[in-house]
Amino acid sequence: MNPYVKKDSTTGHIQVENLRVFFGRNSSAVEAVSDVSMQVKPGEFVSIIGPSGCGKSTLLNVVAGFVQPSTGTVTVDGKPTDKPGADRGMVFQQYSLFPWLTVRKNVEFGLKQQGMDNSHRAQAARTLLGLAGLLAFENHYPEQLSGGMKQRVGIVRALATSPQVLLMDEPFGALDAQTRVVMQQILTNMWQRFRISVLFITHDIDESIFLSDRVYVMTARPGKIKAEIPIPLPRPRTPEMASTPEYLAIKTKLRNLISEESLKAMGGELKDSGLAGFDIEVGPQGVAELI
Amino acid sequence: MQPAPTLDSGSLHGSSQAGVADAPGLTLAPATQATPQIAAPGAKPLESMPSLAQRIVGGLRAALPGLLMTTLSLGLFIALWYFATKYRWDFYIRFNNIPSPGEVLGNAANLIHSEKFYNNMWVSVRRILLGFGIATGLGVAFGLLIGQYRVARGLLLPVFEVLRPIPAIAWVPMAIMLWPTNETSIVFITFLGSFFPILLNTIHGVNSVDPVLVRAGRCLGANELGLLRQVILPAALPHIFTGLTVGMGVAWVSLIAAEMISGQYGIGYFTWEAYSLIQYADIAIGMIVIGVLGLACSGGIRFLGNLLMPWLTTHANRGRT
Ligand SMILES: Nc1ncnc2c1ncn2[C@@H]1O[C@H](COP(=O)(O)OP(=O)(O)OP(=O)(O)O)[C@@H](O)[C@H]1O
Ligand SMILES: [Mg+2]
Repeated sequence: MNPYVKKDSTTGHIQVENLRVFFGRNSSAVEAVSDVSMQVKPGEFVSIIGPSGCGKSTLLNVVAGFVQPSTGTVTVDGKPTDKPGADRGMVFQQYSLFPWLTVRKNVEFGLKQQGMDNSHRAQAARTLLGLAGLLAFENHYPEQLSGGMKQRVGIVRALATSPQVLLMDEPFGALDAQTRVVMQQILTNMWQRFRISVLFITHDIDESIFLSDRVYVMTARPGKIKAEIPIPLPRPRTPEMASTPEYLAIKTKLRNLISEESLKAMGGELKDSGLAGFDIEVGPQGVAELI
Repeated sequence: MQPAPTLDSGSLHGSSQAGVADAPGLTLAPATQATPQIAAPGAKPLESMPSLAQRIVGGLRAALPGLLMTTLSLGLFIALWYFATKYRWDFYIRFNNIPSPGEVLGNAANLIHSEKFYNNMWVSVRRILLGFGIATGLGVAFGLLIGQYRVARGLLLPVFEVLRPIPAIAWVPMAIMLWPTNETSIVFITFLGSFFPILLNTIHGVNSVDPVLVRAGRCLGANELGLLRQVILPAALPHIFTGLTVGMGVAWVSLIAAEMISGQYGIGYFTWEAYSLIQYADIAIGMIVIGVLGLACSGGIRFLGNLLMPWLTTHANRGRT
């Protein structure tokens, strides 16, 4: 029996209200996230995009339960996210498979923590690996896999415990362009199959458009929500859509929003580094290419 | 040492291909083919296989120069020993009383039938197994706690830091007073010798665990104990085994010294007794046996390491199901 049937789309509601996060104490405290309110509705795919250091990872880490809010509330299905748990699957930018476990044992890890017995675990893991086209590699060690495959296993592992939400922090950042596109397609497939809510962080505008139902753009640090852009493109989405007028309109809008912030972020850094009078000659378009 | 890798890798490839062949290939094949463009970069291709005879001949040919040099090296050493004893070399270093290779061989032939000799060997091995075994258990346990928990670090590490610089052998008089029997005090010395290398390497291993693995473990619902046993411990295992290898060496050093000083029985005692009884050939035999036992012990650890850490040595599908 396949335990991975579509879940009902009423769970997996991430709600962030007036979140502020400070690192450090008193005068030397750094404000990483400043009054962010946002949400991911059940079954929705939401991306966050913003300049480097604006607090995206911090926001995600609060949802994951690794960082506590300084003020404000963060809940998943009404429960505060005060510590990490298997109800929130996470995929990291760095490869995070356990090198001492085979692919299948990696996928089984979360189920083992839940006390599921050996044979059920193996069965569940194989079902999932089959869905991701990885069954032939179940007995390989992570070391023997390519980067794209490692991240696919990472996604499968995070999904194995049937979490309510999937949190992804630039999971494809380390992959080459071709592999990225394939991974985006696979992720979309898995997401639709599982009807899971996804909160996805990326630097890549195309990636955010291709994957998301909605995109939040964050400001330079301290990070606030600058804009919320719906992506009404029909699904299934194909790479060819990238040349349609609708796509290009969204892309231009996102690009301009991000360029402003990146310029601000760079300006801030330049001021910090004592180069305040320095003329930035890169136009908005140019900076968007940089990030 | 040289020939081993070539022969090894030959047989490894052989078994790996067998592993792929008898893995449930039929049912899995479609899954592999469904995603060829992604699967291709990850699958390490198996080399084309030469025939068995070709591989043996090739392996021997590759091994031959190394084998020759090893033989030459050992042969020269024994020849030097032989002539030095035969002509009673006495030029600062004195070979007057040193047994010749022939005498050693002759005595060894007698000792092979001596129950007492085997008993001495066994006593030493037992002391090593006990002392080293306890050191492994405690060293790894304390190492995990100290590495992972600040309180454990604060409370335990200072004591260990103070005791660590004292060589195990310096403990002999104290150990004799401390422990009820001679036997336990010798095991204690052996334990002390191996405990610190194991402890320190375990701590180092825990400290160098990739934090993202710990975070991944937490996200997957691991509790404190699960994290310690299923993430920290395996992640630290390579360092722990470094500690075990070093610890085993120090354990033998400490054991032999302790047996020579305070001992009753044991191969170190045997060697020292041979000196007192002017049975000089037995000294050499004792030394050789100590060397062989030490070598066997580190070989055993390496074997155990390969067994417990297959992910470090596997470069092909092992087909473990
Ligand atoms: N544990 C911490 N202690 C102190 N400061 C921190 C900590 N974690 C993050 N910061 C700071 O908070 C700010 C936001 O960091 P964060 O990692 O969330 O940014 P980001 O948007 O994910 O950046 P990037 O795009 O580079 O990944 C940064 O200025 C960072 O230096
Ligand atoms: Mg980040």
